[in-house]
Amino acid sequence: MAETPALAAHAAEPGLQHQFESMEQQKEASSLGMWIFLVTEILFFGGLFLTYTIYRWENARAFAHASRHMDIALGTINTAVLIFSSLTMAMAVHSAATNRRRLLIGFLIATMILGGSFLGIKAVEYTDHIQHHLFPGPGFRYPAGADARGAQLFFSLYFAMTGLHALHMVIGLGILTTLVVMARRGRFTPEYSTPVEVSGLYWHFVDIVWIFLFPLLYLIGRHLR
Amino acid sequence: MSAVVAPELEPIEPRDNYLNAAYGVRSWLLTRDHKRIALLYLVSITFFFFLGGLFALLIRLELLTPQGDLVQSETYNKLFTMHGVVMIFFFLIPSIPAVLGNFFIPMMIGAKDLAFPRLNLLSWYIYIVGACFTMWAVVHGGVDTGWTFYTPYSSTYSNSYVIATAMGIFVTGFSSILTGLNFLVTIHTMRAPGLTWFRLPLFVWAHYATSLIFVLGTPVIAVTMLMVGAERILHLGIFDPTRGGDPILFQHLFWFYSHPAVYIMVLPAMGVVSELVTTFSRKNIFGYKFVAFASIGIAVLGFLVWGHHMFVSGQSVYAGLIFSILSFLVAIPSAVKVFNWTATMYKGSISYRTPMLYAFGFIGLFTIGGLTGLFLATLGVNVHVHDTYFIIAHFHYIMVGGAIMGYLGGIHYWWPKMSGKLYPEAWARFAALVVFIGFNLTFFPQFILGYLGMPRRYHAYPPEFQVLNVMSTAGASILGVGYIIPMIYLAWSMRYGRNAPPNPWGSTGLEWQTPSPPPTENFKEPPIVTEDPYVYSHEEVEIVG
Amino acid sequence: MSDHVVSPKIYLGVFLTLLVMTAITTVVSGIDLGPWNTVVALGIAVFKATLVVLFFMHVKYSPRLTATVIGGGIFWLLILIVLTFSDFATRGWLPSLV
Repeated sequence: MAETPALAAHAAEPGLQHQFESMEQQKEASSLGMWIFLVTEILFFGGLFLTYTIYRWENARAFAHASRHMDIALGTINTAVLIFSSLTMAMAVHSAATNRRRLLIGFLIATMILGGSFLGIKAVEYTDHIQHHLFPGPGFRYPAGADARGAQLFFSLYFAMTGLHALHMVIGLGILTTLVVMARRGRFTPEYSTPVEVSGLYWHFVDIVWIFLFPLLYLIGRHLR
Repeated sequence: MSAVVAPELEPIEPRDNYLNAAYGVRSWLLTRDHKRIALLYLVSITFFFFLGGLFALLIRLELLTPQGDLVQSETYNKLFTMHGVVMIFFFLIPSIPAVLGNFFIPMMIGAKDLAFPRLNLLSWYIYIVGACFTMWAVVHGGVDTGWTFYTPYSSTYSNSYVIATAMGIFVTGFSSILTGLNFLVTIHTMRAPGLTWFRLPLFVWAHYATSLIFVLGTPVIAVTMLMVGAERILHLGIFDPTRGGDPILFQHLFWFYSHPAVYIMVLPAMGVVSELVTTFSRKNIFGYKFVAFASIGIAVLGFLVWGHHMFVSGQSVYAGLIFSILSFLVAIPSAVKVFNWTATMYKGSISYRTPMLYAFGFIGLFTIGGLTGLFLATLGVNVHVHDTYFIIAHFHYIMVGGAIMGYLGGIHYWWPKMSGKLYPEAWARFAALVVFIGFNLTFFPQFILGYLGMPRRYHAYPPEFQVLNVMSTAGASILGVGYIIPMIYLAWSMRYGRNAPPNPWGSTGLEWQTPSPPPTENFKEPPIVTEDPYVYSHEEVEIVG
Repeated sequence: MSDHVVSPKIYLGVFLTLLVMTAITTVVSGIDLGPWNTVVALGIAVFKATLVVLFFMHVKYSPRLTATVIGGGIFWLLILIVLTFSDFATRGWLPSLV
């Protein structure tokens, strides 16, 4: 088959997928694709944020009292851990763009360790809450009073929102594992590091969700006496 | 002389189009070709269309008599629920985008495929997985909550397979999201040289608008279905009034998606109609930019009106006022489109081929459906006809008289391109007529029934409503026949139909510059676009179809 | 997203700012500011998120379409929350319909 300009472009760039005309177009498409996916995630978490908004507005005092059961130290530490993991992720992307393979792998693994630590701390918190009968449902026990119903709503939202967030973290760890494997095989160059970049976007998004979850779930009752 | 004589070998057909590029089940199930994926969807949604139709048939059979004598009321509840769930989530929402959109958006913009072909295939598999959940529920006895899943019945009290169905919808939602994402990225980044936004076919604009809804709305129903499932399993109490939950919050979350969902169902059909009206009037669209922006306007405004499903739910009357006004506004861009199609046809050279018949059907029936929507947006009227057959007639005029006619028109219009064959025009026109008659006989009486007060979702009714119900059931039978006939002749045409030329309708548009059926890569080199769409000459052109 | 490589110094600066803001939000939450507690907490969260978006996610160096996409997502979330809230906040303002 006579070589057309399109075929020539694809021959020159092995990472160029057949449907795209240039690496530029492929990068633009990958990036836009991930951003649109993150928008869907905004709306996905958004349903829970709406539920939180309405029920907190209707049960303000109960929510504030229930929030006092959160461990503020663990929550703050976890927030710092995730922020740190965003730094290491950004540095991983930087390493890929500057062709530093060992640093890339190192930063990816650091991000994974931090992410795993976050999940470990959350597991500790969940265990504690469950042992104190704060998991909603038939086993829920709360000091009797009008605030009990609002408190159960709070804990439903707490477990639902942080649970969904944790699920996204686990998926993020899976993605990072894949990236480490690919990086070790030398798949990333400064010209082709798009998977690292778009995975970074996902990871930062999950961090941002926590940036909002933390004050809304941990800090709303602290000023009460 | 030799003991073995080599048989005369048949000349091997050149593998020159996407259908014969590769053979075997694996080449279809592992394809990345958007055209093959479109056909995978075509087969799946056709199956669900007839499954949903079967439920409809049973509903209409029960309603032949005033007594609830064919099925028990619990069974009837399951029938209308499954009819709604299957038709909406597994037929209407994917139909035009996943079949015609997948097939033709890349071709219309001069691209080789969508931006993410593997994601496209994943979308189909996700759809199938979601469908399996729902089929599991159907086979084990179904769901009885209504397709609207109102809480706390769905989250606490129903004894039917809510979780399986909710999970089916949750999973299938991701199929939509990924398709919408794919379309948006493709349209933004893969247009051929010279193809500016305002040179795009209106079919593409319509799918762009639809994709905005896919991406912004579907995640909300996804998380809502997850919440209903979690509530059922874990007894959380989010929607349970006895535990501080508010059922109306569920309705807000549900309708935030499900109202825009109806625009997911109708916008692609409007995109098809724009193509049909221009081709079969041999005339440029009247007011291209108005139609393009109207698509976006419908998508955006469609997100602001969901409370009109909740006027009598206990929602604040003040919010009802706001939603009512906004619902009036959303009718405007739809009306703009109807006016512009009509103006396009004015002094056009109209040919009454089957696709155009479906376009006419769409324009007339969508207008009726849309106008009755204005009645329903009016708070005072809505209070009286909410939950009656008036509502049912309204949305079936739009979804069946509108969206399904748009779908059938598009299938017929692009059939020669997709299959390389011409369908038999006489049978097709006959079927279109049967569909039109059957449709109106089914649903017009329902406007009257609703106005007279017959409630929806009841398997028995007062005897004075029987005549209209019998008319409606008779119409449904005719409509069913009208849908079966195209199945037969389209299948027939794949084997025995005349071969189609590249451009049987003499249409403008990049997809018609390829052979019928097209090669896998669509275009050897990206075409260069130098003129606006719908530039029709006034020369005589022989329409071959 | 562009090929612009952001300097690690900027990342470090953003990181430290985020940590400081986290500390501030935790400390301020212990002071009773009445309804302003929520405003301050959300304000700080928005500020932190903005830093992550602009610098860690490179939006500052990305085409305008990226910012439009993000803005659209946030705007749509606000539609969901504000319009739904308008129901709950105005219950009882007008007599019921039925």
